[in-house]
Amino acid sequence: MATFNSLGKRKDKIISILVLLPSMILVGIFVYGFIGNSIWVSLTDWGRGAGLAEHPVKNFIGLENYRFLFTNFIQGRFRQDLVNAVFYTVFLLVGTLGLGLFLAILLDRPVKREGFYRTVFLYPMALSFIVTGTIWRWLVAPSGGLNLIPKIFGLPKWNFLWVSSRDSILNFNWQNIIQIILIIASFVFAIILIRAIMNREKRVIIKFSIFLGLSLLYVLVLHRLLPPILPMEEAHGFNLATIGILIAAIWQYSGYAMALYMAGLRALPASIRESAMLDGANEFIYYAKIAIPNLRPITLSAVVIMAHISLKMFDLIYAMAGADNGNTGHPSINMYLTTFRANNFARGAAIAVILFIVAAFFIIPYMIHSHKERQGL
Amino acid sequence: MNKYKLNKILLYVVLIIFVAIYLVPMYMAFVTALKDPSEINLSTAWKLPSEANWSSFKEAFLLMAPNLRNSLILTVSATVISAMIGSINGYIFSKNRFRGSEVIFTLILFGMFIPYQIILIPLFQVLKTIGLYGSLGGLVVAHVVYGIPIVTMLFRNFYDQIPSSIMESAKIDGAGFFRIYSGLILPLSIPGFVVVCIWQFTQIWNEFLWGITLTRQAANPITVGLSQLAGGQAVSWNLPMAGSLLSAVPVLIIYIFLGKYFIRGLLAGSLKE
Amino acid sequence: MNSKKVIAMLSILLLVASTAVFAGGQQDAQTMDSAPAKMVEKVEVTGNPASGDLEIFSWWAGDEGPALDALIRVFEKKNPAVNVLNATITGGSGVNAKAVLKTRMLGGDPPESFQVHAGQELIGTWVAAKRMLDLTPLFKAEGWMDVFPKDLVNLIGTKEGIWSVPVNIHRSNVLWYVPENLAKWGIKPPKTWDDIFAAGDKLRAKGIVPLSLATTWTANHLWESVALGVLGADDYDALWAGKISWADPKVVKVWETYGKVLKYTNNDAASLSWQQATDMVVNGQAAFNIMGDWAAGYMSTTLKLEPSVDYGWMASPGTDGNFMFLADSFGAPKGTKNPDATLAWLAACGSREGSDAFNPLKGSISARTDADLSLYNVYSKSAAEDFASNRIVGSLAHGVVANEGFMNDFSTVMEMFLKSRDSQQAANACQAIAIQNGMGK
Repeated sequence: MATFNSLGKRKDKIISILVLLPSMILVGIFVYGFIGNSIWVSLTDWGRGAGLAEHPVKNFIGLENYRFLFTNFIQGRFRQDLVNAVFYTVFLLVGTLGLGLFLAILLDRPVKREGFYRTVFLYPMALSFIVTGTIWRWLVAPSGGLNLIPKIFGLPKWNFLWVSSRDSILNFNWQNIIQIILIIASFVFAIILIRAIMNREKRVIIKFSIFLGLSLLYVLVLHRLLPPILPMEEAHGFNLATIGILIAAIWQYSGYAMALYMAGLRALPASIRESAMLDGANEFIYYAKIAIPNLRPITLSAVVIMAHISLKMFDLIYAMAGADNGNTGHPSINMYLTTFRANNFARGAAIAVILFIVAAFFIIPYMIHSHKERQGL
Repeated sequence: MNKYKLNKILLYVVLIIFVAIYLVPMYMAFVTALKDPSEINLSTAWKLPSEANWSSFKEAFLLMAPNLRNSLILTVSATVISAMIGSINGYIFSKNRFRGSEVIFTLILFGMFIPYQIILIPLFQVLKTIGLYGSLGGLVVAHVVYGIPIVTMLFRNFYDQIPSSIMESAKIDGAGFFRIYSGLILPLSIPGFVVVCIWQFTQIWNEFLWGITLTRQAANPITVGLSQLAGGQAVSWNLPMAGSLLSAVPVLIIYIFLGKYFIRGLLAGSLKE
Repeated sequence: MNSKKVIAMLSILLLVASTAVFAGGQQDAQTMDSAPAKMVEKVEVTGNPASGDLEIFSWWAGDEGPALDALIRVFEKKNPAVNVLNATITGGSGVNAKAVLKTRMLGGDPPESFQVHAGQELIGTWVAAKRMLDLTPLFKAEGWMDVFPKDLVNLIGTKEGIWSVPVNIHRSNVLWYVPENLAKWGIKPPKTWDDIFAAGDKLRAKGIVPLSLATTWTANHLWESVALGVLGADDYDALWAGKISWADPKVVKVWETYGKVLKYTNNDAASLSWQQATDMVVNGQAAFNIMGDWAAGYMSTTLKLEPSVDYGWMASPGTDGNFMFLADSFGAPKGTKNPDATLAWLAACGSREGSDAFNPLKGSISARTDADLSLYNVYSKSAAEDFASNRIVGSLAHGVVANEGFMNDFSTVMEMFLKSRDSQQAANACQAIAIQNGMGK
């Protein structure tokens, strides 16, 4: 019996691998092969001179394209695009998940015609970013649309430049970027460290003490000793013009987060709620202390999907603000212009690789986390 | 009792405010589409048209009819193929794990996060080499291949919900890989298929960049047709708005009528307790 | 299986994949060396009757579609055996179209003929890549050397040949206004930028925008008119020929004047389309607008206004006697499947009949000096007169004088300037991008 079972297992394993093989090969070529291709192209000078020749000359130049992007002063736009990409992703996550959770909680109680509300909140997701962008471009036009709303209430109209404002907040000097990132990282490390000390997890304590020590070393000492990463000061920040784009994106995808959270809330057994109420909890405490912590797996899935979507912001920004609008720029648009308008294929590939790495910062921790969690199953 | 009632009213007020917010862009698109081009002006954007002019819808439909047909063929075939691939992959990753399967899963999942602009030129070259450039076939291949990561993930999450114990007795009866899949798993998969199909249908229907790069005119999908309406240097806004609404109709219908199943399916997919 | 293993696997996979691709690249280089050097460099005027498929690639759809259709009808009448595939890809002055075209050319699948802005946009991109056929034999056979102005032929050609057939001519340096409004506000049509500044202060007091402006490319468009006005035609040409440095004080002065001009524009510019900027003038919200003469087409055709009654025009300040042109043209890429049809199509594009069918609908003028002016409206007639008599210079914003790399970077410099308004910095940045893109010294 045992041998039969293990024989069956081995047979199943071989079948599994054979069935998976086409997917693995396709993903291997179309994802990893092409990424590898882009990495290689980004290390060449393809695009200098006759980039579109039938057999373009591609000389290996190492990391020159990356150096150019991070240090040349004309590439200030690229660096702002990177900053924008981070803000787009963060605010898209916060906005869609926050609003989605709020709507889900509203609909978690007995509501008449619940299906109607649900459909209304979910339908924007059916539209393409091009359609959303076209409609919202009309809505955020400075002399019409949203700016006319106060007039309904007899107030003077707004004059906010939704996608073309040149103002920014949270400004910082790019020369300090590493310091800023490490200060944020230090806070995260410190929090993990404190939790680990409380739980007496020795390995975690050692690991994060080292991380924390290294980042503080840079922040406090090395930053002043090392030469600046950019020869001149360069201000970057959160561009207010991105608010218009973010509103449209959140409008489109908050319904999706709502649907996910609604599903999660419905799945919680009624008994949990009842016993909480018996213990004297009010609604607020029920959601804050019991329901929301139970929704963590949903939040994680939603984060992945939203990060995936934020990479596709290209279409939306393109349709709403245009490709040349530097205030709403995104590395994917910059990559597109560098490649297809300026014909600099190597530098375009370098931007794509950097964008990919930025995305990886959001994704890899999630993947490792869920990977571990599955191991635990 | 009074407080309860007040809460109830407040709830509906808040909900209705949100409904208004969510419907505003639709209202705007509809109103603009119904206007005569000469009547369209930013300062009167919110006003209803002086008379409803449906001709924009008719004109847009006539212009986009071939694209509509292409998109239907493309979306249905690519959705069906990728759902089938996702289902069998998900079955393996959830119910037939082997040493290394987790790593393969993670590696496949990573494919979700590449910006598509990065792979445009090699994708074009590969499709051209295998003779699929220009036709709907090439577009189907692209959507199926780059859909593998997400459909695999959605199906895997879905199957993780189904307790493995139901397979045990079948295994003892000597049922193999495919017998269990077709006899046990597949019949339970309908909610999973609904979620994956809705997701893929939406994504493929709305995709633009590949549509414009990988097909010739005869095979252009709806998004490309729509962009032709909005093109040119002088844009009259009624036609693109009408076209936008028309092109959204098939997906909207799915959301309105299948939305319930979509949510139900998500429920199955996202909770792993 | 811990996370380290995942990362290790991932990096190995990446490495393997990239070596494979790298090897592919190496192979490419080898085949390049052994490839036969013989290439067709010139079109051959064979006189063969054209047949088969002809794919014409352009970004003219929507409102511009009818003009192209008219041209195609002229072609089809002469070549009934050819099946025309009109591949239009729209989106903001060809941004999508350019990406698709480049992908196709790199993938070895060129269309029979494609639309391109005449001048450096074509030369710097496609001619430099040796992807185009020299059209000199066609120009000679059709007698075009005599009917196209000399200045124009110089701008669309290089020492090696002539690379495209212009189908239309647009003028860039035009100032638009509504005569009735100017009279009401007590303002004379301005001759210089100082006139505009003086009038601008008056208009501001009345709550009227002196000069309406739209998104970034229209800022580039305005810049080229300012540059021509401040530098004069000789220095303007010298700048593009690399004889004047971008860091020259004269060019800094252009940026200074431009910065001053911007003070008289609307602050919501970046979110407007050029039509909306034109609307502002028509509605009396703004006094002037500088835009190419497609604005005349928009006002006459879409808004149904009467030229020189409902709207007036003049050369932008300081550019009287100069005609800053841009042109759409069609060229012949190497390696197409149907060269006979390409040649027949190009012949139709340059013909008087084709040109006179296309341009009245497009709102542009014919590039030929022998066009039938009775077909054109009042504005176009005056533009045609100016084109025949004025000094002709090329546009920056529309690809005549600079290659695509420079144009893209210039847009970035413009965004920087719109934010910082620092003339010296902008001039230095332009000098840097000119060198990076192989222009100037």
